[in-house]
Amino acid sequence: MSEIPVCKAGEIPDGGTRLVQVGPVEIGVIFHKGQYFAYRNICPHQGGPACEGLKLPQIVEKIGDKGVHLGQDFDENDMHIVCPWHGWEFHLSDGTHVIDKRHRLKKYEVIERSGNIYVAV
Amino acid sequence: MQNDAQNIRDLANEEFDTRTLLRNAVDQAIARKYEDFLIVDTDSHHYETEAFKEIAEYIEDPVMRYEAKFQGHSRGGITSETGSYQEIAGRITRYPMRKNEKVPPTPHRDITLMERWMDALGVDMAVMFPTPMLNLSNCPRIQVEVALARAYNRWLCDHILEKDPRIKSMLYLPFHDPEASYEIVKEFADRKGVIGFMVTSTHYRANYDNAYMKTYAALEERNLPLGFHAAFTWTDQSLQLCNRFIGVHALGFTWCNMLHMTNWITNGMPEQFPKLKTIWIESGLAWIPFLMQRLDNEFMMRTSDCGLLKRKPSEYMREMYYTSQPMEMVDNREALELTFKMIKADTQLLYSSDYPHWDMDQPSMIYDLPFLSEQGKRNILGNNARRLFNLEPVYSPVKLARRAATKSGLTS
Repeated sequence: MSEIPVCKAGEIPDGGTRLVQVGPVEIGVIFHKGQYFAYRNICPHQGGPACEGLKLPQIVEKIGDKGVHLGQDFDENDMHIVCPWHGWEFHLSDGTHVIDKRHRLKKYEVIERSGNIYVAV
Repeated sequence: MQNDAQNIRDLANEEFDTRTLLRNAVDQAIARKYEDFLIVDTDSHHYETEAFKEIAEYIEDPVMRYEAKFQGHSRGGITSETGSYQEIAGRITRYPMRKNEKVPPTPHRDITLMERWMDALGVDMAVMFPTPMLNLSNCPRIQVEVALARAYNRWLCDHILEKDPRIKSMLYLPFHDPEASYEIVKEFADRKGVIGFMVTSTHYRANYDNAYMKTYAALEERNLPLGFHAAFTWTDQSLQLCNRFIGVHALGFTWCNMLHMTNWITNGMPEQFPKLKTIWIESGLAWIPFLMQRLDNEFMMRTSDCGLLKRKPSEYMREMYYTSQPMEMVDNREALELTFKMIKADTQLLYSSDYPHWDMDQPSMIYDLPFLSEQGKRNILGNNARRLFNLEPVYSPVKLARRAATKSGLTS
């Protein structure tokens, strides 16, 4: 396993993405609320560049008493990576598809050391 | 810390470019050696809204031309009848960002944008359709539908089809005016790049109306196919019960073609015009086995309802052509394989991407199907369209270069 340098800590703004080419593989490194996440930039659906899409929260349907629909909201604690080709959505936390966990983005470990960010490949 | 800057991309500093968005498609094309065979995309789109000033100049009526230039031609916002959030509220990034894409001054912007995605996907030739104009038949003013159909078709022939042999089109027929539809066939049938004519399926005119017979006869005589391009309209009374786009799209894009196919068959159009080829565009595939079974079952009890039919409805449907996208792909391989058999996909199915729309399909959706032979894949991806439209192949220069490099021993 090798550590591929990505950037200095703090260089990627909150919600931002850097893409690192490692041989034939491109990896998206995403910074969100103080945490780094890294995934291969290929969607398991049709191969789109998933990491280049929007990062949006889970949509929540608000249901009241006796099943009455009260409206919608965002769940900011469950951020998604949205593939820009077709809109397939994956949990930012672990890369699994939001409905069918058989589909997932390949996850990589991110290492922060001495003020630098690396991805372990 | 050390890293090669060329290996790092910062999305915050990147401008939108189709070639970047579709980099992974290029990898798919190389891995599958698409350079070895012809790929024809039988349903793709451009956004005629971006060239609308040019198109409006082709409107003959000076008052309507003035009005069109003033009003423009596009979908409205969240409260409009067509406020459809196809792009999943910005999640499909090419929708909001496409307008910022930089292109050279020549050729025409639409040609550059088309060729960029075609080359990335490995598509050699593409049938190009408009986008908002798919709903033109819902315009309550028939004169506007006719005027815009004529203007768009003339603009398309002059600015795109004349200039790029890789781009073809089936031209819009203003179906609410049968006479104007007939005149359009006569005017444009011989124009370069015109390989058929197209009815958008969201309309409220029955296709068996006697007023259309001379148009069908004119197409049959010229060996030009008639396409029914699916669409949806949230103004349809039953679809207004849907409060989410997924509902109006999933149902609307199939319902319209089921309706027009049913009328086409039960009124004996395939017997009236046996050499007229019909293409059913952008309804996916799952609706076809359903309709074959449903119509056959009822027909065997009610043959008296369909005096012109000499065979079961499914037998006529098996002789028609279908574009592949949006192909139903999730957890249904057995159903898909059976569907391919039922529609004789090896000869009748035509690959389509629908690019740049939100539910576009890559050629790999066909190429990677495990139940197809290599020849079957190539038929669906290109040969069937080549035969149907009598196409003279024009290959992507990117694919030709890849082919030449392989031949000379160089790697891509």
